[in-house]
Amino acid sequence: MSTISIIFTALFYISLFIFIVGMGRKIYQFSTTPAPLKIPTAPTPLTQTGVVFRMIREVTLFESLFRSNKWIWLFGFLFHFGLLLVLVRHLRYFIPGDLPEIFLLMQPFKYAAFAMIIGLGGLLARRIFVSRIRYISAPSDYLMLLMLIVIGVSGVIMTFTDNHTDVMAVKAFASGLVIFDWANLPTEIHFLVHLLLVFVLLAIFPISKLLHVPGVFFSPTRNQVDNARKKRHISPWALQQEKEHAVKLEQTLGKD
Amino acid sequence: MAAKEFDIPKLPTYIEIPELNPGVMKGEGPFKSSDEFQNPLGFPGEKVDNWKEVAIDKMGELKSKYRSVQVFLDSCVKCGACTDKCHYFLGSSDPKNMPVARQDLFRSVYRRYFTFAGKHFPKLVGAKELDDEMVDDWYNYFHQCSQCRRCSVFCPYGIDTAEISMAAREVLDTIGLGQKYCNQILGKALTVGNNLGLPEPALKDTLIDLEEEVEEDFGAPVKYPLDAKGSEILLITPSADFFAEPHIDGLIGYGKVFYQDGVTWTLSSYASEGANFGMFIGSYDVMRKAALRIRKAALDLEVSRVMVGECGHAWRVAYSFWNTLSGVGAGAQSTDEYASKLQDQLDHRYPQPQHIIEYTYDLIQRDKLNFDKTENDDRTVTFHDSCNVARATNMGGIEGGQFILPREVIKAVCNNYVDMERSTIKESTFCCGGGGGLLTDDLMEIRVKGAMPRMQALKQVEENNGVDTLAAICAICKSQFTKVLPKFDFDPYMIVSVHQLVSAAIILDKPQATHSSPDGQTEADAAEIADEAETE
Repeated sequence: MSTISIIFTALFYISLFIFIVGMGRKIYQFSTTPAPLKIPTAPTPLTQTGVVFRMIREVTLFESLFRSNKWIWLFGFLFHFGLLLVLVRHLRYFIPGDLPEIFLLMQPFKYAAFAMIIGLGGLLARRIFVSRIRYISAPSDYLMLLMLIVIGVSGVIMTFTDNHTDVMAVKAFASGLVIFDWANLPTEIHFLVHLLLVFVLLAIFPISKLLHVPGVFFSPTRNQVDNARKKRHISPWALQQEKEHAVKLEQTLGKD
Repeated sequence: MAAKEFDIPKLPTYIEIPELNPGVMKGEGPFKSSDEFQNPLGFPGEKVDNWKEVAIDKMGELKSKYRSVQVFLDSCVKCGACTDKCHYFLGSSDPKNMPVARQDLFRSVYRRYFTFAGKHFPKLVGAKELDDEMVDDWYNYFHQCSQCRRCSVFCPYGIDTAEISMAAREVLDTIGLGQKYCNQILGKALTVGNNLGLPEPALKDTLIDLEEEVEEDFGAPVKYPLDAKGSEILLITPSADFFAEPHIDGLIGYGKVFYQDGVTWTLSSYASEGANFGMFIGSYDVMRKAALRIRKAALDLEVSRVMVGECGHAWRVAYSFWNTLSGVGAGAQSTDEYASKLQDQLDHRYPQPQHIIEYTYDLIQRDKLNFDKTENDDRTVTFHDSCNVARATNMGGIEGGQFILPREVIKAVCNNYVDMERSTIKESTFCCGGGGGLLTDDLMEIRVKGAMPRMQALKQVEENNGVDTLAAICAICKSQFTKVLPKFDFDPYMIVSVHQLVSAAIILDKPQATHSSPDGQTEADAAEIADEAETE
């Protein structure tokens, strides 16, 4: 294997390792941190089923964002939905051997890259030109968008211009990563940049605002059922406190 | 303090998002608390020497105790959806009053001390040191948030600035930078039993006077009982109801509804406060202490129902937190002795706790009350959804019940009702500008500026529909509106309690036989009540 292939192979596993361990830790932290009080925000579902539907609408349609700001919703939705389709289409590279027929249907998904780039461009433009959003932006907020744009554009260049890369080699490399049968990767600059930035993205996922992906599922204002009167909801630390308090009361007052 | 001069915002036809004016609301914040008020709550009276260390430790503790804090600090992507949602930003144009920027005062410090990126690349991710300037900004801008949660409705992740502002205030209290208004009041509530510091004899006198007055005015012996052991209902209401205008007219209304229903009810001198400022300062412990007084009163007075008067954040604490804090509610497990002790005493044919609006609405539904709606014909009424009721609670056990029930009660007693513009009511309601512990004269500038969006919507229905009455079910809203309405050229007396409207229209004939006396309860009544309980 070429040196560059070895480096990229190593980078893949390193970034994937950071991603899995980092996200695992973060999700563990989110799930084990208690939510001591019922704080769902209106419009609040009164049943668990209602909450599930609310969450589904939130993560598939961005319901709250739609209510909030149509432009951000439009660009955000284009980007996320485009990204989803593109990611699904990329699966073909990671599956060793012949592809199931369903992948033929995914061929048009490549056009989703444009939706993704338009969405990202819109978000970046808003960040630059809307003074309120410029005010709240840190350098990392711009960089994140730029990075995704470069990933998208480099992908588009490889797919839609004459700068095609050898997809069979890409497939051999990518599926090799999955089945530990490592292969050389194509070394066109577009491809290397594309790949490198994806690795960077994976690695910074657990330490950046990309944590909104697991975060939304753990958001108490969105995932709690509004049933505070019907069912007693108490966190372990509060229960502990209550018990100690009751003992103390008994000692001082004799009764509650 | 000499009142600071400031411009009263104009009321435009449409609310425009203002140009940013950085620092326009920079200041020293509200009056600071001192030993006298801080120590009883377990907080130091002035900024401690090692404040920075204490503050960082406290932040670490809070984010490990509250999932909301941890998840919200990590999840914001700075999309900007919330930037035009805060009434204080719309009214003041200070960018630090944009919800995300307000949170970022806290988040940037979190990043600096608790995250990899912030520790190693602070400039890149906007992480900031916790220094004197930052703490000053915290004190100032976290007391320009009324914890109304409007931003949370519009956030794609439900990030709730109220949670962050509560956490920040708790950190501030822990390092000795408490707010005088809230903490002084909490001292009174936790010792005397109410925010006004009204002791039992004074409260008793007030209620006796009230009974005389009501009998004189309405010709019926309506009672306002205090500490009547064995009553069916314990009413917990904001102490402002005992003497402030227009609050007291609401209290008169509650009494008349109880009288007409024939139910036995009582107030408690020990727990004579519905408000719970422990929520505003973000302290679970203080909030719980205040809530425990109600538990004790309910146990001591041996009531079977706990009811809450017209108060926004009180209803949030009661509806959403009481069951957790003190067991006032239902559904405790049999192993939960603490909660069961009280819950076994309560009558679960009714929701516990129940809002006075739910109670009145239920009586109206069951044709128990008769009204002469023409008594309110001189009014065209609109309803202000108080933020805590609207975004953090429910009524009637139906989705959106907290919006439906108050409106239905008003419509049952008034012929002329108009809603304000949809984007300013219900879950999108604009705060009155005085909630969250901001109802103090030293914060008058932000209170007036923050009231602008609500005043704007009110202006529209005044001009288009002739609205002359603003009804609310929150003591803070009522007090705030009384103060700010005249600043925007409205009549300060246009703000009324919902139960004041009920009071005006209710016909006080002889109490009918009711379910409070075992013999008088018809089977139909019992079945209806059981149905209610089930749907709830």
